[in-house]
Amino acid sequence: MQHTDRRDFLKLAGMAGVAFTAGLFPRRQAAAQGSDFHFIQFSDTHWGYKGPANPDAEHTLEKAVVTVNGLPAKPDFIVFTGDLTHTTEDGKERRARMQRFKEIVSALAVKDVRFMPGEHDASLDKGEAFKEFFGATHFTFDHKGVHFIALDNVSDPAARLGDEQLAWLAADLKQRKMDDRIVVLTHRPLFDLVPNWDWTTADGAKAIELLMPYQNVVVFYGHIHQEHHHMTGHIAHHAARSLIFPQAAPGTAPRRPPPPPFDASLAPLGTRDIAMGATVTMTELPVTKG
Amino acid sequence: MKRRLFAALLIGSAAGGVVRLAAQPSNEVSVAASKFEFTPETVKGKVGQPLTFVLTSFDRIHGFKMPEFGVRADIVPDQETRVTITPTQAGSFVFFCDIFCGDGHEEMSGTLVVEA
Repeated sequence: MQHTDRRDFLKLAGMAGVAFTAGLFPRRQAAAQGSDFHFIQFSDTHWGYKGPANPDAEHTLEKAVVTVNGLPAKPDFIVFTGDLTHTTEDGKERRARMQRFKEIVSALAVKDVRFMPGEHDASLDKGEAFKEFFGATHFTFDHKGVHFIALDNVSDPAARLGDEQLAWLAADLKQRKMDDRIVVLTHRPLFDLVPNWDWTTADGAKAIELLMPYQNVVVFYGHIHQEHHHMTGHIAHHAARSLIFPQAAPGTAPRRPPPPPFDASLAPLGTRDIAMGATVTMTELPVTKG
Repeated sequence: MKRRLFAALLIGSAAGGVVRLAAQPSNEVSVAASKFEFTPETVKGKVGQPLTFVLTSFDRIHGFKMPEFGVRADIVPDQETRVTITPTQAGSFVFFCDIFCGDGHEEMSGTLVVEA
């Protein structure tokens, strides 16, 4: 974290929403290597959606940008974990939505922003338009001692990472030490959250198998439009809220129901502030009315 | 992972000639996939009776997945895709498209009702 004591940051961040702290790097000793910092996760903004699930859809993203810009502690960077735009079969309209999305998020005060695709952005054209606007669909970067791996489980419309990307992941992991702090970013859950709702990644188990030997791994994803926390062994998986509409709670019906009625409070929508240290603290930043 | 309740006997593409005979005669039901629905949406079967889904699509590739049976298949336009299962217990079971096909894909699902 820059220019801010960690304790002060948590105090300030806690004012913005509910904080969730867990020993998310369970095999890591308290003596942190590298500096603490925090970043923001946006997910499932679905720019271009029009429908009853969010009559305020044209303004929700802008409100979230204002909220993040107003944080007392400036984040080091921002990640968008997919479904930046709502799907359309018209390639010209898809690009128009991506262009408008970029214009809106250009108002973010933090300029280090990483974009990942969701199936709404990339599944109909295998990521072609996304790459034109945002670059690679899977990538890595390092920040203050933490290794970030962004995986693409959406450009294949069958929700597969694919053998090529899995080989790329394996090669990247071979360069890591077993106790390195590793953050994996995906759109869809890597594990079988609700197979009957297709809330899974077809070959996600192979990625988890590759990650399992590493002692300090945490996964942040989107897709399900709500907070959710799950462990596969020692690996924690945390789903983020959407900025367009919430989805039903996992597994609450045999077939996935449509989004619940619009909540005028906008409370189920929001972004997430993630503070990285020996542990990880997530603070939800709800969208507010007005 | 949950234990699978059912065993798939056959998954094959008639166009590709990949067909194995099931142990018993199989009831067949034709199911058409199109954006964004299966027709019929509800299919009936009986416990212990093999059931073959004869799947077709005329608009684009769709998927057919039944996690509780451990089966999935691509439904390729102008081909007939056959998926055979044998239910071992009564109940309602979901099948759905698992290849993203557009705005409405998330609602593209159906139900197999298995009677005793």
